[in-house]
Amino acid sequence: MRHTITLRVNDEVWPLDVAPSDVLLDVLRGRVGLTSPKAGCERGDCGACTVLLDQRTVRSCLILAVEVDGHEIVTVEGLGMDGLTALQERLVELSAFQCGYCAPGVILSATELLAEAPDPTREEVQEAIAGNLCRCTGYASIVDAVLAAARASTGAAAQEV
Amino acid sequence: MTIALDLAYVAPTSLEDALGQFAGADGSTMILAGGTDVIAMLRDDVIQPTRLIDLKRIPGLSSVEIREGSLHIGCLATFSDLLASDPVQDRFPGLEEMARLVASVGIRNRATVVGNICSAVPSCDAGPVLLTHDAVIHTAGPAGERAIPIDQWFVGPRRTAIEDGEIVTHLTIPVPRYHHGAAYARLSRTRGEDLAQASVAVLVEPGYRYRVAFGAVAASALRARRIETLLAGSGVDAETIDAAVDLVRDEVAPITDVRATARYRLRMCEVMLRRAVIAATGRAAGDGPRYDVTLV
Ligand code: FES
Ligand code: FES
Repeated sequence: MRHTITLRVNDEVWPLDVAPSDVLLDVLRGRVGLTSPKAGCERGDCGACTVLLDQRTVRSCLILAVEVDGHEIVTVEGLGMDGLTALQERLVELSAFQCGYCAPGVILSATELLAEAPDPTREEVQEAIAGNLCRCTGYASIVDAVLAAARASTGAAAQEV
Repeated sequence: MTIALDLAYVAPTSLEDALGQFAGADGSTMILAGGTDVIAMLRDDVIQPTRLIDLKRIPGLSSVEIREGSLHIGCLATFSDLLASDPVQDRFPGLEEMARLVASVGIRNRATVVGNICSAVPSCDAGPVLLTHDAVIHTAGPAGERAIPIDQWFVGPRRTAIEDGEIVTHLTIPVPRYHHGAAYARLSRTRGEDLAQASVAVLVEPGYRYRVAFGAVAASALRARRIETLLAGSGVDAETIDAAVDLVRDEVAPITDVRATARYRLRMCEVMLRRAVIAATGRAAGDGPRYDVTLV
């Protein structure tokens, strides 16, 4: 049996007709047309499919679209409605990514962290993105950029390298 | 990659309704909470349910609070809910330490503590810690409500004492009466990895009363009672710890799989038991490592 659901995606209302087995990741990519959530492992290990569900990061490959009827979803496309966020600007400036496949997931995980802890430690940044696998960078450039964004926004002096 | 399965989905809004729908169901109906195990198993074709009963529309099942001397963890409470809970932070530092080590934020935001012990994989993280805390699992079902002590809960890999038609409504954990120390050591290849390769939980109460449990090194999480008896009453002098470590090979039965060899798991259990006993004892005395310092 099919279900009619309504998702609020990046501040737009999306009425959708889905089968119970339709996975949120596939619905976002194939129906809503958002390609920033990536299909990586599709079993919860890599974090490439990360989206914000009611402001918390989740793995959209492990969620059925019917489960989130009526909920709010934000992807990277909806993050900075008027341009890049401060975090994204730092990531660009510091060339933090290489291929970029992990980037949407990493950006959302770091966004969630900075919303809760505006002035995180290096450890906290590492923990926040521990579930986002990156095959290219070795992570150091990403962590540096997240810390730089945090410092810029809190105006704190550079106390950490 | 999609799920090729003809699946029905219902989302009842009361526990009574959920129980009613589950009671008459055949074995191909499954309960869905956070879904981090269920959906992964669906995708891997490990399970082929024809119907899912999603509990997430039922209000009031995600509380983490003290009720009548026990910590009450509702069946929809996630590991992130546990980490954000004041009673957990204040009185259950070992639970907090465990929750922080479960997979990664994106999983912890969705995965439930109750789901973790219901899917009951041998490596489940909540199992060993709940064993050391003498947790009780509360179910509702056709035969009414039941309270099952956690040491009778795990029956085998992915098998529990739950009966047909029953739903776990919550867990309770008695608030330790005395100041206690705890430690959870978890072996994984990378930070953020979902499954532990081996784990050890230790809880110590005044008078050096120890409780010790292992995960991922037997068919299910298990209490190590011989080690507890050996440690009982006698602090952590080098000789006693050596003797306790010698007992590990009698208590656990690790296997070799794609993630680690049996030998490596056994050796690491010995190392982790030593570290966890020392850490928990130190923490009880107020001079151990901080709870957010990982032991492995
Ligand atoms: S694609 Fe979802 S975690 Fe890898
Ligand atoms: S930049 Fe290539 S995976 Fe991270």
